[in-house]
Amino acid sequence: MTQSAPMTQSAAAPQSIAMTLSGRIEALLALILAVVWTSPLLFAIWAAFHASTDAVNFNLTSPWILTNFATAWAGAPWLLYFFNSFLLVTSVLIGQFILTTLAGFAFAQIEFRGKDIVFLLVLMQLFILPEVLIVENYAVAARLGLLDSILGIGAPYMASAFGIFLMRQAFKSVPKELDEAARIEGCSLLGVLWRVYVPAARPTYLAYALVSVATHWNNFLWPLIVTNSDETRPLTVGLSIFGAPENGVDISIISAATLMVIAPLLIMFVLFQRQFVQAFLRAGIK
Amino acid sequence: MIDPYQSHKRRQTIYGWLLLSPALIMLTAFAFYPTIATVWTSLFSRGTRKRPSEFVGLENYRSLFEDPTFWLVVENNLWYAGVTIPASIIIALVMALWANGKIPARSFVRSAYFTPTVLPMIAAGNLWLFFYTPGFGVLDQIGGLFGLPSVNWLGQPDTALWAVCAVTVWKEAGFFMIFYLAALQTIPPDLKEAADIEGASRWTYTWRVVLPLLMPTTLFVLVNAMINSVKLIDHLFILTKGGPSDASMLLLYYIWENAFAFFDAPIAAATTILVLIVLSLVAAVQFRFIDRRTHYR
Repeated sequence: MTQSAPMTQSAAAPQSIAMTLSGRIEALLALILAVVWTSPLLFAIWAAFHASTDAVNFNLTSPWILTNFATAWAGAPWLLYFFNSFLLVTSVLIGQFILTTLAGFAFAQIEFRGKDIVFLLVLMQLFILPEVLIVENYAVAARLGLLDSILGIGAPYMASAFGIFLMRQAFKSVPKELDEAARIEGCSLLGVLWRVYVPAARPTYLAYALVSVATHWNNFLWPLIVTNSDETRPLTVGLSIFGAPENGVDISIISAATLMVIAPLLIMFVLFQRQFVQAFLRAGIK
Repeated sequence: MIDPYQSHKRRQTIYGWLLLSPALIMLTAFAFYPTIATVWTSLFSRGTRKRPSEFVGLENYRSLFEDPTFWLVVENNLWYAGVTIPASIIIALVMALWANGKIPARSFVRSAYFTPTVLPMIAAGNLWLFFYTPGFGVLDQIGGLFGLPSVNWLGQPDTALWAVCAVTVWKEAGFFMIFYLAALQTIPPDLKEAADIEGASRWTYTWRVVLPLLMPTTLFVLVNAMINSVKLIDHLFILTKGGPSDASMLLLYYIWENAFAFFDAPIAAATTILVLIVLSLVAAVQFRFIDRRTHYR
């Protein structure tokens, strides 16, 4: 991670803490905590690349093998699960972008009667979590014929109050002059939204996209409830079924499957580490 | 002749509602209507083949309140909240103070703290299973080095809930750290210089200057942690399934089990309503906090 300017300043305070004894102890503790924090992942990597008997005995001289991945891969339709997860996060993202852009724009730039009350109603969804409403959301999904479909998994999350709030904040900070200039040029209302506001809010879209993809790639409870076939199950549900104790899979194979599932996100995280962190920040703080 | 101002206003109102309508339709279908329907469902008896469902008023709530399992689940969830909220916030704060300081391998340390945030809870459950398994799990092996007896962390009522809490703290702390890290970087360095000139110790500086400045962040993180103490239950499906004998059962899992394993929608609905009441109390805290934030601007 590269350092931003203010960070370097605060670290370069007159008495660098790393110099003092207590500073050194703190640095050591920080490192120990970091190792502890990564250890579940490290042990999974260790287990995934060793035969399960060698893995649990921590037989350090035992050979590194790939057969666990082959066994895990053959044990479930992972490719289909990957595809379903991909389809899910894409459709949720497209739905969210459309709905939150339109609603965020209305709340930010249009004056109309009843706006404040509706805004409060929308904000209520921040606390009436879709996760908690599973009983009746299931009934709604059933009535709309959305059970066991990718759309059914994504639908409750598309009109996200959080997203609407985020887009409203982003659109509010767009300078009014840009808006007026576009109108004088003869742009329609939707034209102004598309040509002026959407490009101006690009960083917010990126941040929202990263948070949304990470959230829905990882979501479990609602997908578990709505799906009941391999054709619609996302990765998380597939992994939970694969690892169920009834299936009697050993720890090395479960570790291999888990690593396969988290690999795309982990690789994305390593590549886009800074953007990820900033995305979570932007999404949270605004 | 139509007043141009009036017609402009009317057009704005139409545009406003048109732009909102797609989102409002979806919110109605998956938030507002289900909330009302949940209240409605909770007032009816569970229909069986012989006896159709009928209106029973608050009977479901009464039977819930008389059910010792329900109170056990409430107690569990209070412990879950009471442990994970302060633990994850304090660890996040310590992580941020360290990760903001001048320490070796800082970028590794930061990534290590943050990585659990990007993993699904289900995967986290699998990773931790290797730690907790009795006999050959990592914790038992480490304990074995010191001659401690084998502990079935997930299999006994005394430890199952704490084992579940540990996974949640592991998952959350790095996420909250990010917000503290950002807040720390907005603290002007001259404050530290001034404190040094005054001869204030690092401890005094942290306690008296840094922590008060982090208060708005702490409130934000607190609300998130409170919501998570209801929401983060996926790992139960891997680790304990709420057991043994409901010792690690949490409210949302209880709702899921009643609705989708025991097919008792009315009881699940009544529990949902009680959870929503608690969440709206959290909302009240949040709205206060939004008010406070505006004062800072």
